[in-house]
Amino acid sequence: MNAWQILINYAVIPLVKIAVIVGILSGGIAYLTLLERKVIARLQQRLGPMRVGWHGILQPIADGLKFIIKEDVIPLKADKFVFTIAPAISLIPAFVVFAVIPFGPPDSLWGTGGYVTDINIGLLFVVAVSSVGVLGIILGGWASNSKYPLLGALRSTAQMVSYEVAMGFAIIGVLLVANSLSLVDIVQKQKTMGLWFFFVQPVSFLVYYACGMAETNRLPFDLPEAETELVGGFHTEYSGFRFSLYFIAEYANMITVSSLAVTLFFGGWLRPFPNVAALAFLDLIPPPLWFTIKVLTFLYVFIWVRGTLPRFRFDQLMNIGWKVFLPVAMANVIVTSAVLLSFL
Amino acid sequence: MTSAVADQIVFYTLAALIVGMSLMVILARNAVRSALYLISALIGFAALYVRLKAEFIAGVQILVYVGGIMVLFLFVIMLVSVRRMEHQAKWSHQWKVALVAALVLAAELAYPIVKGRSLFAVKQTPEAVLTKTQNIQTVGEVLYSTYLLPFEIASVLLLVAIIGAVVLAKKRI
Repeated sequence: MNAWQILINYAVIPLVKIAVIVGILSGGIAYLTLLERKVIARLQQRLGPMRVGWHGILQPIADGLKFIIKEDVIPLKADKFVFTIAPAISLIPAFVVFAVIPFGPPDSLWGTGGYVTDINIGLLFVVAVSSVGVLGIILGGWASNSKYPLLGALRSTAQMVSYEVAMGFAIIGVLLVANSLSLVDIVQKQKTMGLWFFFVQPVSFLVYYACGMAETNRLPFDLPEAETELVGGFHTEYSGFRFSLYFIAEYANMITVSSLAVTLFFGGWLRPFPNVAALAFLDLIPPPLWFTIKVLTFLYVFIWVRGTLPRFRFDQLMNIGWKVFLPVAMANVIVTSAVLLSFL
Repeated sequence: MTSAVADQIVFYTLAALIVGMSLMVILARNAVRSALYLISALIGFAALYVRLKAEFIAGVQILVYVGGIMVLFLFVIMLVSVRRMEHQAKWSHQWKVALVAALVLAAELAYPIVKGRSLFAVKQTPEAVLTKTQNIQTVGEVLYSTYLLPFEIASVLLLVAIIGAVVLAKKRI
């Protein structure tokens, strides 16, 4: 391999892929907000945004412009340096995670693989990097030097740290079946088994998805930003573009949780019943599109749950995390390994 | 040859970064800033582990230290008034004693490193073992065979610490 090939393989191709993914994600997040407002409006028998463009189709662009133009207020007594970088600390991990999530099979995209990179600790990478995002929230809440953000940050930290544990144990169930941490290998394994891991590990999926909702601070687990008690939670003092960074990070995390749920439990880029030849006509839809369809389904469930369920009380939230999800996930790990050892 | 040079450049850049950040941890007046510098240093360590082809350790380093322990650190620091600390003197009058103690400690640390280079030479793991997918399996196998006893002792120690913390923190069990 000469120098040019190395440059193209290790710099140009990944950079192009990163640019495409970041572009699609940013656009997707913008329109996810519109989807959310429309669906919530339908659930509440309203119309939602209707004014900007046809049925509000240009609303996200108007919102984005508004965020950029608005004044950036930094409270007088805030720690300026920390206040400034905290939203970025929250946002960057949310995007970095997509480096290892596979959107297509390894032989797609002219043999370069439908992902930025495939590393042998893929799943650990996702869990580790997304755990860094908490720091942005806790630092933002502290740096505001105001009581509601501080309370929101404390709640949020307690919540995210406790649900991370149950989430980790839920993921171990998949690991045991897949025998690999590489996300590409996990999807390939589902193809060779001819079975989505959801049918092998349903308990693990339910715990994972519920914990995912708690991790992203979404209803019914949105205690960190409970408007009725905390004004706005950790981002009360944030305005303009800095606020929008937190906002984008939250939606990016929703997409991460959905993508990971699809990759781990619903066959990633695979079509339904990947080994049934009679359904080969489903291959007309390319793998990345299958992936997108599945992710959109999960995002819809996120919004649907938000429109349906009331908020938990904080002690209920902690109880359900430590006393229900964690023991169930641990039991699932024990049962799975016992079954794997004795029957396979 | 060139890759060896690049390797050295990566190592010394990371090492300089870690040393610099570690210094800032103790030099910063604001405890939250100190925590931020410590986080940067810990991420630098994770990068060093990646360079050593220990990706699993690198991932665990980020997950446990940055995502777990540092969050708890910040949790505690947030509840203490940081503003008061900012007005305290940075240098105490005991710096001469501290300098001597630090030099003695440095000598103490240097001795086993220099001596141990030949005495406890770590067996080089063959490249083939370190290739893709083998990394985590290798760590797991070694933990449950060669290093079983130290591993179990460490886990019992942690368990004792957890139970101790619960007993100390709860008034009524």
